[in-house]
Amino acid sequence: MLLGKLTLDAIPYKEPIIVAALSGAGLMGLLVMALITKFGKWGYLWKEWLTSVDHKKIGVMYIIVAMIMLLRGFADALMMRAQLAMATDGHLGVFPPEHYDQIFTAHGVIMIIFMAMPFMTGLMNIVVPLQIGARDVAFPFLNSLSFWLLVSAVILVNLSLGVGNFARTGWVAYPPLSELGFSPDVGVDYYTWALQISGIGTTLTAINFLVTIIKMRAPGMKLMQMPIFTWTCTWANVLIVASFPILTGALAMLSLDRYLDFHFFTAEAGGNAMMYLNLFWAWGHPEVYILVLPAFGIFSEVISTFSGKRLFGHTSMIIASGVISVLGFMVWLHHFFTMGSGADVNAFFGIATMVISVPTGVKLFNWLFTMYQGRIRFTPPVLWTMGFMVTFSIGGMTGVLMAVPGADFVLHNSLFLIAHFHNTIIGGAVFGYLAGFSYWFPKAFGFKLNEKLGKAAFWFWQSGFMFAFIPLYVLGFLGMTRRLNHTDNPAWDPWLYIACVGAVLIACGIGCQLLQIVVSIRDRKKLADVTGDPWNGHTLEWSTSSPPPFYNFATVPHVHDIDAFTDMKEKGEAYKVPQKYAPIHMPSNTATGVYIGGFTTLLGFALIWHIWWLAIVGLVGIIGAMLARAYDNNLDYYVQPDEVESIERAHFEQMGIDVDNYTERDAEKPRRGSRPTTTA
Amino acid sequence: MRNFRPTRLLWGLSPVLAVLLSGCQGGILDPKGQVAADEKSLIITATLLMLLVVIPVIVMTFLFAWKYRASNKDAIYTPKWSHSNKIEAVVWIIPIIIVACLAVVTWKTTHKLDPYRPLDSDKKPINVQVVAMNWKWLFIYPDLNIATVNQIAFPKDVPVNFRITSDAAMNSFFIPQLGGQIYAMAGMETKLHLIANEAGTYKGMSSNYSGAGFSGMKFNAIATETPEQFDAWVQKVRASGKALNADAYLALVKPSENNAAAFYTTPEPRLFDAVLHKYMAGRQSLAATDDELKLAALTKRLCETPAVKEQ
Repeated sequence: MLLGKLTLDAIPYKEPIIVAALSGAGLMGLLVMALITKFGKWGYLWKEWLTSVDHKKIGVMYIIVAMIMLLRGFADALMMRAQLAMATDGHLGVFPPEHYDQIFTAHGVIMIIFMAMPFMTGLMNIVVPLQIGARDVAFPFLNSLSFWLLVSAVILVNLSLGVGNFARTGWVAYPPLSELGFSPDVGVDYYTWALQISGIGTTLTAINFLVTIIKMRAPGMKLMQMPIFTWTCTWANVLIVASFPILTGALAMLSLDRYLDFHFFTAEAGGNAMMYLNLFWAWGHPEVYILVLPAFGIFSEVISTFSGKRLFGHTSMIIASGVISVLGFMVWLHHFFTMGSGADVNAFFGIATMVISVPTGVKLFNWLFTMYQGRIRFTPPVLWTMGFMVTFSIGGMTGVLMAVPGADFVLHNSLFLIAHFHNTIIGGAVFGYLAGFSYWFPKAFGFKLNEKLGKAAFWFWQSGFMFAFIPLYVLGFLGMTRRLNHTDNPAWDPWLYIACVGAVLIACGIGCQLLQIVVSIRDRKKLADVTGDPWNGHTLEWSTSSPPPFYNFATVPHVHDIDAFTDMKEKGEAYKVPQKYAPIHMPSNTATGVYIGGFTTLLGFALIWHIWWLAIVGLVGIIGAMLARAYDNNLDYYVQPDEVESIERAHFEQMGIDVDNYTERDAEKPRRGSRPTTTA
Repeated sequence: MRNFRPTRLLWGLSPVLAVLLSGCQGGILDPKGQVAADEKSLIITATLLMLLVVIPVIVMTFLFAWKYRASNKDAIYTPKWSHSNKIEAVVWIIPIIIVACLAVVTWKTTHKLDPYRPLDSDKKPINVQVVAMNWKWLFIYPDLNIATVNQIAFPKDVPVNFRITSDAAMNSFFIPQLGGQIYAMAGMETKLHLIANEAGTYKGMSSNYSGAGFSGMKFNAIATETPEQFDAWVQKVRASGKALNADAYLALVKPSENNAAAFYTTPEPRLFDAVLHKYMAGRQSLAATDDELKLAALTKRLCETPAVKEQ
């Protein structure tokens, strides 16, 4: 009774693969903790990072979580490809359905919710306030809370590996399979609670950033002058605010079915699973645009910076993103043309879907005409962008093909579909985040990433992608469906082998990226970015030092142009030394987010295992932490001008500007370490 | 490299290509019926239409990247050029025209290929009722008074009308070489109309994941050359002698994996309807006629050992 449904049988100590994975992860964790203890960094970690409300540090932590989950999700992918390459012609491979079905479910959930979303949110956190000339987000504590809710959900998902099991339903968890009748164990509950908790965090983030963007832009920055990445994030946040409540509602109803014997989606007693499919995809389809729109923004920033040109059709890009966002809400039915809707309905949703390819095509052409008559430097971010333009064109085309109901009837649920959405999510969103990662890395850390390893990583990813997913298109044409555990069609075998090789190539790409980070940290002095503007950037984030001071801008910039920083550089206002500094109002750090995240983890775990006393502890803890925060008067403080002055002086001196003998003309002189604009 | 001939490379690779391309047989690009053939040609038409935009985009990406590389100082450089009404007009209008064409194609084909639309034919269609179970397919031929598991047959050139439901999780009924798929859902009936225009044995499957035994949820669809061969198959099924009464059905519906084909005779009248009604509470009270009362009784019988056990 004390432990609810939890018994010793829930721990898979008899499964060698899981035990090895868990002990490996455990050892890594212990090693990290031992190192922190050895260097006496616990206090630093707690004060400077875990309790920080600084949007840049929260952004970095989001991306660290995303990368850890990328490794976990990719390990799942490798296991799936290995299983399917082995389990052919009567062989059963290494993973029985009992395990394999958890692996593909976890892969999907982790890659979308716990890799792509945090990566996107992390980049948005680091960049958006800097791009609009703000000193933090509108609600810094809420931002910290959002992050810790994500961590709480991540902990629950990873706990399912060692305590109980994860859902065996596919990442969409369609009822009635996800109902108690077919999935009586805790797997689906891990799924619903993890998604609920991270979903709340995501919704709060979106509200936070919308308010930040609307209320906290630098003086002079009109809406249509906002940098394109900020604009695409704005659209993505509008989509989050509008669509995540649908997911929350759908999962809440599924939980009511499972916990309190409701019958929203059950097959019997008047339930209707078709409602769940509609609700799930009314969130799920906007979700893919939530992932890909910010990536579009990154590509725009990258291509314009490294072509040394203004972005072609800035207004047109904003409108195209808006059209994509609105239409993205009106096409969810194309995920189930085969559910038996009439021809009129199917045709309507099919045509609405292909209309989205118009603004998307416009974006592609705008990137092309940004390159046109430019001076393109082929840095890793540009390689990712060009890789995207080619890959995504193909992914877009197969997507429109599947939007034709007559074609979808034979392609639906096949590996063609799997190839299509990996084509758009890897080739679109992930390539974008990786481009953004190497583009903004020097801004966040003050040194650039090793370029050779960055290029190697790109080529491994790009070729690995082709090898892994072109065969899946072929397999789809050959009639192979998704989520199979083993196959018995000899015609499929060669393609399954090739796909497995592709996954190994991508693994090499990820290896290069990890090595790249290590090598770059080693060479950080050589790769240092002293000016804060390593790429000759256009927008405000490049106008401050790298990494930026915690208050971002010593004096709030005034904006007169879309490319605000280019405009300042041209007018010779970029590196002006201010006469004097004013006090800066900043939020204080707080541990409340950590505590609420911790209690939420307890609550989630208790709900999953029906340990009701622990659920009450978790809930009371959450409310208590909130009340404590409400009565906390130590919310903010002023940075005094002398502190600002000494930080700014150090930055100017690093650039070779003599602050004491400063004249206006100094601002126009080229800086030490600033790069010429046209060499690669 | 003077002796290098690309054709030699191709010849050298030809066994590999042959192996890879031989795989095209058996998939959706190797249709054996009118519906599947129409769907294949639709895929090809739509792809060609879209390539009109996609190929220029890919070519332009490489072309512009090469021409405007930073080291090419001869190329024109216009750092402030960022707007052109002409280009904007072209890049909006060309995709709109292509999508408009595709939309017309979509509207027409979606109606023509609607899975619910009976196929035009002067031959009397064969009716098959399909029940997806954990993890096998039950096929009932109500007009012929037989039923099968994981095997169906019909003569070529004769339309087949499927009525589909599920007595388990959601599945999708799919014979790739004969045409599109449709979901099988408990308590609901979906319809599918297919035809085979060539004799042969075609693979059928569930294409919607439904749990542990899903991978083995396969069946063979046999299109016979002549109606006589089909009759012979029917006789073979009848000869098996096992009756599909309510008890046999309840035994069958229990979860099982990788089932071999099995044959039944004399399925319980209106068995398919009773499976549908199992999931609808309170319908018995509506039963007024004798026939309806029988159906209600059978439904009740099927509910006695529910496939779905609540815990």
